[in-house]
Amino acid sequence: MFLRTKTLVAALAASTLLASGATARELVINTDTSDPAPKKAFEQLIADFEAEYPDIKVTWNLFDHEGYKTSIRNFLTADSPDLANWYAGNRMLPYVKAGLFAPIDDVWDEHNLHETLAPAAASMTIDGKKWGIPYTYYQWGVYYRLDIFNKLGIEEPKTFDELLAACDTLNANGITPITIGTKYLWTAAGVFDYLDLRTNGYDFHMALTQGEIPWTDDRVRAVFANWKKMLDHDCFIDNHPSWSWQEALAPMVQGEAAMYVMGNFAVAPLREAGLTDDQLDFFQFPVIDPSIPLAEEAPTDTVHLAANAKNVEEAKLFLAFLARPDVQTKINATLGQLPIAKGAEIADDKFLREGYEMLSNTTGGIAQFFDRDAPAEMAKAGMEGFQEFMVKPERLDAILERLEKVRQRVYK
Amino acid sequence: MTDISPSTPSRGWWRRNQQRFAPWLFLAPGIAMFLVYVIIPIFQSMSLSLYDWDGLGEKTYIGLDNYRELFDDEAFYTSLKNNVIWLVLYLLAIPAGLFVALFLNQNVTGIRLYKSLFFFPFVISQVVVGLVFSWFYDPSYGLLNIILQGFGLEPIPVLADERYATYGIIAAGLWPQTAYCMILYLTGLNAVDPEQIEAARLDGAKGWRMLWYVVLPQLRPATFIAMVVTIIGALRSFDLISIMTDGGPWGSTRVLAFYMYEQAFSEYGFRMGYGAAIAVVLFAIMMVYISAFLWKMYRDERGR
Amino acid sequence: MFPKPIQSAPAPARIAYKAALPVALVLWLLPLIAVALTSVRSAGDITAGNYWGWPTDFHLWENYTAIFENTPIGKYIWNSFRVTIPTVIGAVALSCMTGFALAVYRFRANLLVFFMFVAGNFVPFQILMVPVRDLTLQMGLYNSVTGLALFHIAFQTGFCTLFMRNFIRAMPFELIEAARVEGVSEFRIFWYVVLPLMRPAIAALAVLIFTFIWNDYFWALVLTQGADSQPITAGLYSLNGQWVAAWHLVSAGSIVAALPPVLMFFLMQRHFIAGLTLGAVK
Repeated sequence: MFLRTKTLVAALAASTLLASGATARELVINTDTSDPAPKKAFEQLIADFEAEYPDIKVTWNLFDHEGYKTSIRNFLTADSPDLANWYAGNRMLPYVKAGLFAPIDDVWDEHNLHETLAPAAASMTIDGKKWGIPYTYYQWGVYYRLDIFNKLGIEEPKTFDELLAACDTLNANGITPITIGTKYLWTAAGVFDYLDLRTNGYDFHMALTQGEIPWTDDRVRAVFANWKKMLDHDCFIDNHPSWSWQEALAPMVQGEAAMYVMGNFAVAPLREAGLTDDQLDFFQFPVIDPSIPLAEEAPTDTVHLAANAKNVEEAKLFLAFLARPDVQTKINATLGQLPIAKGAEIADDKFLREGYEMLSNTTGGIAQFFDRDAPAEMAKAGMEGFQEFMVKPERLDAILERLEKVRQRVYK
Repeated sequence: MTDISPSTPSRGWWRRNQQRFAPWLFLAPGIAMFLVYVIIPIFQSMSLSLYDWDGLGEKTYIGLDNYRELFDDEAFYTSLKNNVIWLVLYLLAIPAGLFVALFLNQNVTGIRLYKSLFFFPFVISQVVVGLVFSWFYDPSYGLLNIILQGFGLEPIPVLADERYATYGIIAAGLWPQTAYCMILYLTGLNAVDPEQIEAARLDGAKGWRMLWYVVLPQLRPATFIAMVVTIIGALRSFDLISIMTDGGPWGSTRVLAFYMYEQAFSEYGFRMGYGAAIAVVLFAIMMVYISAFLWKMYRDERGR
Repeated sequence: MFPKPIQSAPAPARIAYKAALPVALVLWLLPLIAVALTSVRSAGDITAGNYWGWPTDFHLWENYTAIFENTPIGKYIWNSFRVTIPTVIGAVALSCMTGFALAVYRFRANLLVFFMFVAGNFVPFQILMVPVRDLTLQMGLYNSVTGLALFHIAFQTGFCTLFMRNFIRAMPFELIEAARVEGVSEFRIFWYVVLPLMRPAIAALAVLIFTFIWNDYFWALVLTQGADSQPITAGLYSLNGQWVAAWHLVSAGSIVAALPPVLMFFLMQRHFIAGLTLGAVK
C-alpha cells in the first residue's frame, strides 16, 4: 500500500536488468547547482562519468539554491541520496557531527588526494578525517570599473589609506565608491572578513570565528574602527539593505558606482550586462597593517558521501572521478571558477588568472568565508550585526554585546 | 411520494438511532484527518519545545530553558511587536475591500470583467506579489521613488529603513487581501435585500447612514468570513517577509512565524526546540484571538 | 441595490463613473502589468535596473521558451495539478460531510467539534512543520505528491468545514424536516436533498482551495524535493539562480504559473459569485 511508485519502478527496472544479464548499478546525486553555468557543468560531469562507467545509471536531483538549504536536512535523514553537494569548513560540521556525512579517507588514500587536493585538505578535515571532495573555489577581492578609475586618474589602491583617498575622489566626482547589497546579509560579511584579515590576520580571524575571542575584545573593535573610517569617508552606497547582491550590480553597470567587494562569480553577470574586460578589473583588498601577512578569502564547494548512501561503491567511484585534474579542468571551465586539483588547468580568463596568481602567492592563509568558518548561529547573528553597523555605526556597543551573548551560548 | 428508503426489519435499530449516529459517521473521516495532521502535531510541537534538538542528532531534554532564553531575546520582542502591527493593520483590508466592492457594485456593460480583473491580485502567488512590491519600493529605480522625486522629495528606502519596512510589507500584503475581501463583499452585496434598501430610502436614509444602519448589518456573514480569512492571512505573512526583506534590515521586520522558521529551518537555523518554543508562543497568542472568536460564535449560536 | 444604481444618477456622474473604471483598474493592476512587462525584458535590462520603463527590446518568445527549455517547468506544473486537484476534491468531499453533520444535527459535542475545526484553521503553519514532516516520513510518503496532498486535504478541511457549515445552516431547514417526515434516510437526505443545493458553495470552495493549494510554497518545500514531486511554486524559485537574478525568467514563470488559477476563476466565475453569497439562497 505504502510502497512508493519510485521504489516500485526502481525495483522493476532492476529486475528487468537482472533478467537481461546486466548488473544494475545506480547512483543518486542531489545538488543545488540550478544556475545556468553550474547546471551545465554538472550535466557534463554526469554525462562524462556515465560514459566512463556505462553500467552505472546516475539519477540526478536538481534543487533550487535556496530550497536546498532546507531540503538537505530532510533528505539526508529521510530519503538519502548517495552524494550531495555542500560547502567546506564549518558549514559541513553539523552534518558531520550528526553522522549524516560519511568519511572518505579511503578515497583520499587510494588516489593520493592528500597530495593533489592539498590546498583544500585542511578545510575538508574534521576530527582528523576527510569528509568530501572539493572541486572548485574562487577568489574574493575588489572588482572595479577600470574606465572610471582611469578617467579620474585613480590607481589600484595598495593600502587602506589609498582606498579611502580613492573613495574621496570618487565621491567628489559624484560617483558612489563601493556598491553593495546587504539584504541577504552575507555580502557585509565579505567586507568584515577582509577588514579583520587585514587588521588582525588569519590566525586571529580563525580564532574569532571559532569562538575563542570575545566580540567585545579591543582587537575586534579595531576592525570596526577601520570600518567606521570607510563609513566616514562615505565609501558605501546608501540604502544597501534594500538590495540583494545582484540588484546592487546595477549601479556599477550604469557607471554610478565604481567598486564591489565580491567573489569572482560577480564577473559573469557584469559581463552579461554589457561590461567588457576593458571596463572591468580586479584588485586585491588593500593592506591595512603592513606587519600582517596577506590572507585571502576563497570559498570551496564540495561533494559529500551521505552516511545513509545505498550505493557506496559507485559513489566512491564518482568522488574519485571528480577529484581528477582533467575532470576538474573541464568542470571549472564551465563554472568559470578555479579547480583545486594540482595539474588541472585554469581557463583562459583575465579574472581567473589574476585570482589564481593571487591565491597561489598567499602567505597569510586562506579563509572560507564568515558563514562557513563560523557556526551557523554565530554567522547569522554576526552578519546581522555587520549590516546594522553599516547603517547605524553609533550602535556598535549594543551590537557587540549582542554578538558576545550569542557567542557565549553557541560555543559552550 | 414513493418510499425511497428501504425499511426491512433488520434495519429497524438503525432507523431508530440513525439521527444519533449519522453525524458521527459523516464526521469521522474529517475528524480523523484533522486530528492526525493538525491537532496531534500541535501537542508534539509543544513537547518538542522542551528539548534541545538540531534536527539531525539526538534530542536532549532541557525543560523550560528554551522559553527562558526566549524571554531574554531581543529578536523575540521585535517579532512580537511586528506581529501585533500585522494583525491590526491587516484588518484594513476589510474596509478597503468594502470600499472597492461598493465602487464596483453597479450594472454597466463589462462590469463582470472588471470585477474579475479586480480580483486578480488574490489569485497570484505571494512570491510574485512580494517581488513586484520590492521593485516598486526600490530606492533608485522604484516607481514610488520616481514619483517622490517628481514632487521634489527625497527618495525613501522603504524596505531598507527599520522604521518603514514592516509597513511597506503590510501594504504589499493588503493588495491581494483587499481583493479577497472585495469579492466577499461583492457577493454579500448581491444578497442585500432590495426591499429593505428601498424602505430605508423612503425613510430618508442615504450615504453613510444607509451603509451603517441598513447595509452593513445585512453584510454580517461576509464581514465574518472576511475577518477569518484576514486574520489567517496576517498569520501567513511569512512568504512576503521572506521575499521582500528576509526579515531585515537587521531583523527588524521579523514576525514570530518568520523567526521560528529562521531558527529552525533556514540556512543558518538548526534549533528545532527553540523554534518550536517560538511556535508555541505564537500559538498561545493566537489562542487569545481564537478564544475571542469562538466566544463570539458561541454567543451567536446561542442566540439562534 | 446599494449603492444607488449609477443609471439613475445624472449624466455627468454616469460618464465620470465609466471613465473612472478603467483608470482605477490600471492603477489597481499596475504591479501585474509590471510583471508582464518584465517577463519580456532582456537580462541586461534587469541588471541595469530597468524595471518600470519600457523594455529596451522584447524577448517574449525567448523568455517563455527559455523557461520551458531550460527548466522542468512543465513537470512542475503537472505536479501542481497532481497535488491541487485531489486536494480540492478531498477537502470539499470531507467538508461537505462534516459541514452537513455540524449544521443539521443537534448533539452535545457539536459545537466542540466545530470549534476544533475553526481553531485548527488559525494554527500557524510553523507549529505543525516538524511533526508533519516526521509523520509523512513514517508513512513512507515523504517526497511524494500523495504525502503533500494528504496534508493539504487535512488542513484545508478546517476552513472548508467552517464555510460549508455556515452555508448549510442558512439553507431552509424545512426541506430536511419534510424529508424526514417522509421517512427518508439521513444519507439520502444528504445525497439527494442537501448536496444539490450545495453546488454553488462547492464551486466557490473549489476555486478558493484551488488557489490556496496552487500557490502553496511553504509545504511544498517541507514535504517534497526535486522535479519529480515539487509543484510550480517551489519550481519557480529555481528559476532565480544562485549567481544570476533571472527576474525576467521568474516573471515569465510567474505568469505561466498564475494561468491555471486565473482560468479556473474565469470558468467558475458564475458559480463562484453565487457560492460566496453566504446565506442568500432563499
